Amino acid sequence: MEDVVAYMPLVLEGFWVTIFLSVTSLGVSVLIGIFGALASLSGPIFLRRVVGVYVMLVRGIPDLVLMLLLFFGGQKLLNDVGYWLGLWDYVDLSKFTVGILTIGFIFGAYMTETFRGGLLAIDRGQVESARAVGMGRVILFRRVIWPQLVFYSLPSFSNNWMVLMKTTALVSVIGLNDVVYNSFVAGRAVRDTFTFLFVAMVFYLILSALSDGAFALVNRYYCAWSTSGERR
Amino acid sequence: MEERSWVEWFEQASTNDWPLDVWLILLHWELFAMGLLNTILLVSLSLFFGGILAVVLALVRTYRLPVLSEFVWLLTYVERGSPLLVQLYLIYYGLSQFVFVRESILWVILGNAWWCALIAFSLNTAAYTSEIIRGGIKSIPRGEIEAAKACGMSVWSQLRSVILPRGFRYALPAYGNEVIFMIHSSAVVSTITVIDILGAGRTLNGKYYVVYEGFLMAALLYIVVIFITTKFMKGWERRWLDFLVR
Repeated sequence: MEDVVAYMPLVLEGFWVTIFLSVTSLGVSVLIGIFGALASLSGPIFLRRVVGVYVMLVRGIPDLVLMLLLFFGGQKLLNDVGYWLGLWDYVDLSKFTVGILTIGFIFGAYMTETFRGGLLAIDRGQVESARAVGMGRVILFRRVIWPQLVFYSLPSFSNNWMVLMKTTALVSVIGLNDVVYNSFVAGRAVRDTFTFLFVAMVFYLILSALSDGAFALVNRYYCAWSTSGERR
Repeated sequence: MEERSWVEWFEQASTNDWPLDVWLILLHWELFAMGLLNTILLVSLSLFFGGILAVVLALVRTYRLPVLSEFVWLLTYVERGSPLLVQLYLIYYGLSQFVFVRESILWVILGNAWWCALIAFSLNTAAYTSEIIRGGIKSIPRGEIEAAKACGMSVWSQLRSVILPRGFRYALPAYGNEVIFMIHSSAVVSTITVIDILGAGRTLNGKYYVVYEGFLMAALLYIVVIFITTKFMKGWERRWLDFLVR
C-alpha cells in the first residue's frame, strides 16, 4: 500500500496527460467532424468522395494500426518528403502530437457522421420559414440550427466521447506516458502491476461517471423542449 | 529445389530501392496468414462465448433478479467504462503476480497470452452485447409479451418463442456494429505478444527495420476482413429483418 502512495504522483501525472490528450483530440475531431459534415452535405462532389473514403478507411482500419502507422510511418514519410524537396531537415514528431492527430483523425470520421445525421434531422421547412421571416445567417444558426443540432447529435456525440476517452489508452503502446503507461511502469517497479492497473481502471471509471453526469446536464438543458424528455 | 530458387529470386527482388518493398510482404505471407487466422479465431471465439454470456446477463438484468442484477450492472459498468487494453493488461500482467494464481491449475490458461486475450475479449463483448440485447428486449411492444402471458405460456416458452427471437431481431443492427468494433479492438492483443494481423505486421517491421510494409499490409487485411464482415452482417439483417421492410 505504501508503494501505491509513493508512486501516486507518477500515476497522477499520467491522469493529466490522459485528460489533456482526450480533450485536445476531441477538439481536433470536432473540427474535422464539422468540416466533414459540411463537405459531405453541401460540398462539391469531389470533396464528398474524399469524405466518403475517409470515413470508410477509418471504419475499416483499427485505431491501433492507424496510430502505429502514423507514428512510425508518418515520421519517416515527413522526413523523406523533406529530404527530397530539400525544404526541411529532420523533424521529430512528438508522441503527443501523433497521439492527438491519430485520435482526432479517427474520431473526426465518427464526428462527421454524428454531425451529418444531426444536420439531416433538422426539418428543412424550419430553415425555409426562418429565412422567410427574415432571419440572417447568424440568427438562423443560433436560434434554429444550433439548438436542434445539439439535440439530435448529443446521444451520438456523448457516445463518441466515451469511446474516444477509452481509445486514448492506446497511446501507451507508442510510449506516451499516459495513465496506463505510468501505472504499468510503477507496477513493474514495485512488482505490483495488478494494483496499479486497477487504479488506472478506476480512473477511467470515474472519468466515465463524470462524463455521464455532465452529459445528463447538457441533455437536460438542450432537450428540455422535447416531449419525450430524454432522447436516447 | 525449384521452390528454393523462387525464394532466392524474391529475395533478390526485395531491395530498398522502392519506397514499398512488396516482395518482403509476399515472402512472409505465412506470417500474415497466421496473423489473420489468429485474429479470426480470437474474434469469433470471443464473440461466441461472449454472446452466450451476454444473453444470460441481459436476462438477469431484464428480469431484475435480486443481488445478481446489481452484480451484473457493476460488471457491465466496469467492462464498458474502462479501456479493453487495461482489462487485457490486468488479466495478463496483473493476475500473474499472485503466487496462488501461478501455482493453481488456472495457470495453464492464465499463463498464456492467447487465452488471456480470449477471456478479456469475451467478458468485454459480453458486457456490450448484453446491453444491446437488453435494449432489443426493451423495444418489444408490451402487447406481444402480454399476449404471450395471456395465452398461458410459461416463462420459458415466452422466452423461447417471443422474447428472445423478437429481442435479437431488434438488437441485430447494433450488434453488427459491436462485431466490427470487436475486430477493431482485437488489434490490442499484439501488445501482449500474440501474433494477430497487427502482430504479424509488427514482427515484420521489427525484423527488417522497415516502417510501412508490415503496418500497411495489416491495414489492408483489416479492411478486407471488416468489409466481408459488414457484408455478412448486412445479409444476416436482410434475412432476419425482412418482415420489417415494407
